[in-house]
Amino acid sequence: MTPRVGVITFPGSLDDKDAARAVQLAGGESVSLWHADADLHSVDAVVLPGGFSYGDYLRCGAIAKFAPVMEKLVDAANGGLPILGICNGFQVLTESYLLPGALTRNDHLHFICRDQKLRIENNSSAWTSNFEVGQEILIPLKNGEGGYVADENTLDELEGEGRVIARYLEINPNGSRRDIAGITNARGNVVGIMPHPEHAVEKLTGPTTDGLGFFTSLLSSLVKTGKVSA
Amino acid sequence: MARVLVNVALKPEILDPQGRAVMGALGRLGLSGVADVRQGKQFVLTIDGDVDDEKLAQIHEIASTLLSNPVIEDFTVEVRP
Repeated sequence: MTPRVGVITFPGSLDDKDAARAVQLAGGESVSLWHADADLHSVDAVVLPGGFSYGDYLRCGAIAKFAPVMEKLVDAANGGLPILGICNGFQVLTESYLLPGALTRNDHLHFICRDQKLRIENNSSAWTSNFEVGQEILIPLKNGEGGYVADENTLDELEGEGRVIARYLEINPNGSRRDIAGITNARGNVVGIMPHPEHAVEKLTGPTTDGLGFFTSLLSSLVKTGKVSA
Repeated sequence: MARVLVNVALKPEILDPQGRAVMGALGRLGLSGVADVRQGKQFVLTIDGDVDDEKLAQIHEIASTLLSNPVIEDFTVEVRP
């Protein structure tokens, strides 16, 4: 059976179509979920895409966390459902306390859009299992509020438990503490990443196809955990 | 009618690049002696009737869940007649 991966569209989401396409290129079936949905339509995993949910009003991701679909998503996350939050999706995950810390205004105040080199630090999460630890990848980054912050204890805990999944290489583009580009929860099913793997899945439009690894990792994880057959 | 002011500010240890940019502008405009600028936001809630303890407790709850993010922000609540 083909794994079914939900992509949630909030008012103001931008990258939901790209995320759905990345799911399909990796071999999954994408399922469109709407912010007002009362359930998750029995999907095997969920992507929270990039964009500006609710216009970024109040704080990025702050209003999205109260969307009807999020109540179900928080329960499902705690039950082990694989969830990937990209950019605004990462902000929604921290606002919902599914991941620690917060994303704040870039330290230089400018919106940044560039192809960003990253180093994969963790290949045991549901979304990074097909990478090698130490592997360098190049994927697009585009954000105004991408500075990852958390208190020192939380940062030490993330490092100590190997929960930093990727770090910025060569430059720190937004003032993120300890060059953190992405993290996972203790269980490894919920991952947030500020750069955009879904924009690097095809030669025609991406700088590389390195981003595809996040989506093929998910499919491998689902097979491994017996959620879907190979 | 009563007004309730909810003031939200970044915690002291969180970098405030907007405040820093404003501080740079103050210097260029000739205001000297400013040691620091922090930018926050204020919500003005206009309430029908009186603000009793129950209403105030609800406002505190909303302030800590929606209006501020306790990971990076602090808030205060002021009731104005």
